[in-house]
Amino acid sequence: MTTNSEITGSGLWTSNVALVQLLGLCPLLAVTSTVVNGVGLGLATMVTLIVSNTLVSLIRGFVRSEVRLPVFVLIIACVVTIIELAMKAFFYDLYLVLGIFIPLIVTNCAIIGRAEGFASKNPVGASALDGFMMGLGFLIVLAVLGGMREIIGFGTLFANANLMFGEAASALTIVLNADYGGFLLAVLPPGAFFGLAILIVIKNLIEERKVVASVASDSLPEAT
Amino acid sequence: MTSVMVSSPYVSPSKSLRQLMINVIIGLIPGTLAYIWFFGYGVMVNIILAIAFALIFEAIALKLRDKPIRPHLTDFSAVVAAWLFALCLPMNSPWWLVLIGIGFTMIAGKHLYGGLGFNPFNPAMVGYVVLLISFPKEMTTWYLPEVISGDSLSLLDSLAYSFGFADIQQWDALSSATPLDQYKTGLTQDLAASEIFQSPVFGTLGGVGWEWIAGGWLIGGAWLLISRTINWHIPVAVLVGLLIFAIGEYISDPGTRASPLFHLFSGSIIIGAFFIATDPVTAATTNKGRIIYGMMIGMLIYIIRSWGGYPDGVAFAVLLANMCAPFIDYYTQPRIYGSQDKDE
Repeated sequence: MTTNSEITGSGLWTSNVALVQLLGLCPLLAVTSTVVNGVGLGLATMVTLIVSNTLVSLIRGFVRSEVRLPVFVLIIACVVTIIELAMKAFFYDLYLVLGIFIPLIVTNCAIIGRAEGFASKNPVGASALDGFMMGLGFLIVLAVLGGMREIIGFGTLFANANLMFGEAASALTIVLNADYGGFLLAVLPPGAFFGLAILIVIKNLIEERKVVASVASDSLPEAT
Repeated sequence: MTSVMVSSPYVSPSKSLRQLMINVIIGLIPGTLAYIWFFGYGVMVNIILAIAFALIFEAIALKLRDKPIRPHLTDFSAVVAAWLFALCLPMNSPWWLVLIGIGFTMIAGKHLYGGLGFNPFNPAMVGYVVLLISFPKEMTTWYLPEVISGDSLSLLDSLAYSFGFADIQQWDALSSATPLDQYKTGLTQDLAASEIFQSPVFGTLGGVGWEWIAGGWLIGGAWLLISRTINWHIPVAVLVGLLIFAIGEYISDPGTRASPLFHLFSGSIIIGAFFIATDPVTAATTNKGRIIYGMMIGMLIYIIRSWGGYPDGVAFAVLLANMCAPFIDYYTQPRIYGSQDKDE
């Protein structure tokens, strides 16, 4: 039985979808040119994960294991279609920016991975929490990567926030340096690979420090 | 006196890495002098800035990797990479452009892969391509040769310009497209080759000034061959690969296509063939492989020039061929003496 704190920890850090499992890289690399794009896709993915995990967990007793994968895919596809139509209705500009990557959430391995690996074996509450935490972990990475690429590539932060939060949010846009010509590489696909690699390096460095610290603190080796 | 036990290999290489790099630097001198003669001190400022930044980055990277700093700095490999990189840049490039490019050259192109000898891609070309796709405006601001513009920047002007103290607008009148740029633009406007070549930037063989610089690289290349720093296979194959396409196209349509000699003496074919494609780390290593590798570069250069989005394609061609080098090597291993074919 997994506890809530374990689910939270694994979703946000120890098995973070983007930094550790390296799943869903296609949208991650393609749309994170700005914070707003990243957050938009991250939110859509998170909602999909929560709903699909909940539904899969609800029906886990009825689905025969031979047909479970097609059933999961059907559920995920339904959820994604609903989200796509909702975005078209309420955030049309953002929908235009994210384009094909919204329907492509269906093929995001992270979602089918959590359905198969977690939701089909765990109760509803835990599954929903897992979906939320995995989605949040993915969302945070998307937002941070989007922020890095936006600052380096365009010299702005939260540009086009009005696409997601309405006209009032235009004020959120921070122009760090008006004269900045832009560093196109960060916006182009190679920038996404460099950015993600840097984030993974930072994560692994933090882990390494932790291990060193814990080794130093228990000076006596455990008997095995 | 004691005899020292030495293990194999017993035949030591005739030249040290340092000697090779010094030979390359000597080979670069004639072309560089011609370049400075025609385009002013801006070229020199680029080279000096690039070398200074490269040594700093190299020292930092070596320090972070716990490697000895002094032997690596004094083997001149960083100097050569920086020099070649600086020659790709437009003259009077701003200092930050050089800094970013050299950063990618030394850190991403070289040390992230494990340092000298382990990099799959030519580091100088990595740095140049990063700049080319990131800063299209700065990377296409070229200047007319001083013999045409009649204007020359003093060394102080060039320095002030690189460090952003001089007003950029002031010199905008001197900026111009390179001959290859003009040729490409002309072709897209359906002009005949003879009309395109009316422009004063074109000389007898290539662009004014550029043809002399190419001649300088040719002299340097001959020195590299004579001093046995490089083998003939790659440079010859590059030129042949380019000429196959250039001659074929010229014969089929002499009205709209530039002569093969123009292709040979404009842009960076000669320096690319003799100095960049021959980088021993990133090129193919068997003789047969070197010929395939060189031909591939030559053909890719012509393809990119003629049908690609960029006026010249040496950097892209070299990087693409670098990717194929291990593959080429794998299939061109010579038969080991005395061994039998698999089928027998």
